[in-house]
Amino acid sequence: MSNALDEIVTLIAPLNRKGVAVTPSTTFATDLEWDSLTVMDFVAEMEDHFDIIIPLNLLPDLETVGQVADAVNGLIEKKNG
Amino acid sequence: MADLFDKFDGMIRAREALNFEHASPIDVVMEQIISPTEAVIKGKRTILAGTNNYLGLTFDPRCIQAAHEALDKAGTGTTGSRVLNGTYSGHKALEAAIAKLYGTEHCMVFSTGFLANMASIGTLAGKDDVIVIDADSHASIYDACKMSDATIVRFKHNDPDDLDKRLRRLGTGSNVLIVVEGLYSMLGDKAPMKELVEVKNRHGAALMVDEAHSIGVFGETGCGVAQEAGVMHDVEFMVGTFSKSVGTIGGYCVSNHPKFEILRLAARPYMFTASLPPSVVASALKAVEILGSEPQHREKLWRNARQLHEGLTRAGFNLGAAPSPVVAVKIDDRDMTVRLWEQLLNNGVYVNLAMPPATPQGLNLLRCSLSAAHTEEQVSTIVDTFERLARSNSILSKPAA
Repeated sequence: MSNALDEIVTLIAPLNRKGVAVTPSTTFATDLEWDSLTVMDFVAEMEDHFDIIIPLNLLPDLETVGQVADAVNGLIEKKNG
Repeated sequence: MADLFDKFDGMIRAREALNFEHASPIDVVMEQIISPTEAVIKGKRTILAGTNNYLGLTFDPRCIQAAHEALDKAGTGTTGSRVLNGTYSGHKALEAAIAKLYGTEHCMVFSTGFLANMASIGTLAGKDDVIVIDADSHASIYDACKMSDATIVRFKHNDPDDLDKRLRRLGTGSNVLIVVEGLYSMLGDKAPMKELVEVKNRHGAALMVDEAHSIGVFGETGCGVAQEAGVMHDVEFMVGTFSKSVGTIGGYCVSNHPKFEILRLAARPYMFTASLPPSVVASALKAVEILGSEPQHREKLWRNARQLHEGLTRAGFNLGAAPSPVVAVKIDDRDMTVRLWEQLLNNGVYVNLAMPPATPQGLNLLRCSLSAAHTEEQVSTIVDTFERLARSNSILSKPAA
């Protein structure tokens, strides 16, 4: 079982303009106050970091950092077969 | 139970935070249209520099006459869908003219450009397919993706290497439809079409190019950016609109795919909406003939575009892209962008105020679009007004020449 959470928290840091303490329950829209474009650009960054494809279709279900980490873990496992 | 409108509270706050004093973009009323480049707004004669009326054909006497004749002959509207009672000979003639312009076997005409994207993108890609779109795509492309059951992937704006990387990650398991635009409407930057086509061919994907802002503007016969790049024959689908260079409203999709015509029975935004009225179809047909056969309008448009780009650059403004009929002036500060937009309007120059999230990279833009119908004097007035107002607000660093 891979665990992407720590790496995702590190990737969030430069974009964490409000200096929020990032935990698995941190939300992108309310806590980090990211707009939809920032979220999509962050998705691209995670895609490159983990060498995976994160379809935009998943975004409506990904509200918290923990949910994103779970989704990324799943995609990494799928890639590695 | 909560109020349905609660979800808009953030948007309402953002709107109220903008410091409009005299006018706001959504309140601008064109009280009288004088010509393709002038209107009366708030009682004042104003130069229109934000209409996307690239060729200035909205008042072309031939287009107006064709519309009049169709109105008299066929009435005010079709009152029906293309697949029921809404296909007139005019619709077929318009489709034939566009197919001829693009040299394709097939053309479908839609009631708006937005619907052209909804119908073609949203229908072509199904649940086992993948749509790969440029990150800066127009809202109609994003919404078409939402409407389809396909997997949606985004690549970095105008970056063929990034597209290549994402296509490689996707592998070969699914059909892939890549969607890009010819000219991006906010910054006026052009897609690297030759390189995108190379990547597309390498991966065996299909490419759709939205030439909404480039039909009539680029290419030997005005087909758009793909034609200019010499790769039109290698693009599977081209869509566009009649609401810019063509001077009316509607949209189209052309293709050589042998099964293309089945979309007339599969594309819901085609089947379940009323077809274009005869007068609109007639003026569109005339305009398509004009833009294909009269390059002088395109040449004049480009002279105007270069004049505006050079003038604003010389004044010291930071512009969004290389010269094109869309010239976007970047302003650092949001409140200053709003103030300058208002002052431009009060001084008789109408441009588009464009802000996030409608703009890429969080940019605040005063977006101008040129027309072949602008005179050299009008373009000079636009440049002078921009420069004078920016200097009076101390936002130009370079001293006056």
